[in-house]
Amino acid sequence: MNFREAFRTAVTALSANRLRSLLTMLGVIIGVSAVVALVALGSGAQREVTQQVQGLGSNLIIVFQGELGGTGAPSVSRLTLEDEESVARAIGDPSRVTVTATSGETVRAGTASAFASVQGVDEDYVTVFDRALSTGSFFGATDVDTRRRVIVLGADTATALFGAIDPVGRQVTVSGVRFSVIGVFEAQGSAFGVSQDQQAYMPVTTAQRLFGISTVDGFAVKAAEIDGIEEVQAAIVTELEATYPGVTFSAVTQTQILGIIGQILSLLTGVLAAIAGISLVVGGVGVSNIMLVSVRERTKEIGLRKALGARRRDITLQFLIEAVLLTTVGGTIGLILGIGGSMLVDTFSRLPAQVVWWAPVLAFAVSVGTGVIFGVAPARRAGKLDPVIALRSD
Amino acid sequence: MSDAAVELEDVVREYRTGGEVVAALRGVSLRIDAGEYAAIIGPSGSGKSTLMHVVGALDRPTRGIVRVAGEDIARMSDTALALLRNEHIGFVFQSFHLLARTSARDNVALPLVYRGTPAAARRRAAEEALGAVGLGHRLGHHPSQLSGGEQQRVAIARALVGEPRLLLADEPTGNLDSRNGEDVMTLLEELVTERGVAVVLVTHDPDVAARARRVIRVRDGLIAEDTTRAPVAPATAPVAPATTPVAPATASGS
Repeated sequence: MNFREAFRTAVTALSANRLRSLLTMLGVIIGVSAVVALVALGSGAQREVTQQVQGLGSNLIIVFQGELGGTGAPSVSRLTLEDEESVARAIGDPSRVTVTATSGETVRAGTASAFASVQGVDEDYVTVFDRALSTGSFFGATDVDTRRRVIVLGADTATALFGAIDPVGRQVTVSGVRFSVIGVFEAQGSAFGVSQDQQAYMPVTTAQRLFGISTVDGFAVKAAEIDGIEEVQAAIVTELEATYPGVTFSAVTQTQILGIIGQILSLLTGVLAAIAGISLVVGGVGVSNIMLVSVRERTKEIGLRKALGARRRDITLQFLIEAVLLTTVGGTIGLILGIGGSMLVDTFSRLPAQVVWWAPVLAFAVSVGTGVIFGVAPARRAGKLDPVIALRSD
Repeated sequence: MSDAAVELEDVVREYRTGGEVVAALRGVSLRIDAGEYAAIIGPSGSGKSTLMHVVGALDRPTRGIVRVAGEDIARMSDTALALLRNEHIGFVFQSFHLLARTSARDNVALPLVYRGTPAAARRRAAEEALGAVGLGHRLGHHPSQLSGGEQQRVAIARALVGEPRLLLADEPTGNLDSRNGEDVMTLLEELVTERGVAVVLVTHDPDVAARARRVIRVRDGLIAEDTTRAPVAPATAPVAPATTPVAPATASGS
């Protein structure tokens, strides 16, 4: 019996039991589509990170206490406003440094309220972060020194509180304290489905009093140029560690932070793909199981075929093709579902998804491979059946 | 004397069940010539099924020689046996053993699939064989659409499509009513006479066995009696058979 005949026989056998074939394939379908879709989601997230890096520019340095991606418990920041001078000294230009003290607060205007990341910053914030206002103006050095109760809203927060009305000149309250709105930022859009515009900015001195703290979270520095940025980073850390002996500080660029996020994401993608891969193997075991049942059920058929002249390898080939056909067809359906699903998610949801070539190729290869591996045992068992016993069985 | 279709010399077939060795055949010598019409008869447990399996090259003897088409099957590999069955032996079973969901034509063509015959030639041969059993109008029908008698005729067509030297029929009428059984037997006899194929019927039904010219009675793993009727006698006038009793001692002793 040649391959074509064996293939035809296998197709006939599988289509004779359509529901069972479909259910057997389901494991493989789920496994393959899960691998493809999860890897696509992971890659989509990484693509978004890359785009963020390109959008930010790489000369922004974030300064904070502790280590980036450190494994220890996060320590309470000991940095204060005075340390801004040390940082400024390290880079030689105070206008390129800003400070942050952040807290999540509910901002209210009349009956409207919105949850926002309230950030205490100084007058250099707009320069350092390259932000532009759509209306009004940002606060100045005097406002910071005199702890004025002024506030600049992120685009989404402004819309949530005031709708289409221009908020400039109106009042909002944060933790029961009144603030005058003096400006609104232009929208930044969202990252990973999270809006970057649900924010409110006030002078850092005002924020410290509002939050009841004397420290700050850290500083942000805009280096004059990218060349020699490592020296600037080192100088900042040296300066701060001289002030606080025994405490670790970090001065990292956005690129480095996002690089770490990228690493975490790719690790996460790998773990998810591996879990999905397990379901693929489970699907293979399902195929093996059904093939064993099928061999037992068709013992008489095998006996007959052998009596009529089928050799051991004819029977083995027939059943092996059945197993591989199950996983190949299942794998193909899984690919279509996985790729199609990823594209739908990317288009119609806020989650990014990007199908990368290796995931479908790998998943498909594994599914076909499981067919071979898990099909061999039942197929060999079928091939080895003694025709006398097989014909006699009931 | 014509060629032997199958020849057994002092064949012993033992099975090991648990710790015990059970001998199903205890020393059988037998020769069936091309074109011969023989029946193997005996009660269940007599060893007649085992004898049929050995004669049909489905099973190898534990000891002794079994020559099918001149070759000793005792030393052949499974693959060589499969090839031998495919070329020289046709089977008809009590329960037909047709593939469900497969047309009569494809069922009949199955032995030729394993012979490597091209599809068009297989089709032609299968249609011819079905025509010969009177089912030329049922080519595309599936077993479930055929009566028992028709199914057994498909099975006969399948057994003969490969032009074997020997046809083994194991209780071919066992699942049929007497009228269909009669039809099937008549058909079988006509076809094999036309083609010069040796037929071995395995049955416990004395009426079926009586149709054969030669009756081989098996008991306790030995041939108890081997009777050949005179060829001249017409079916309507049974003549006293010329019985050649085979002493069990001779069969097992030599």
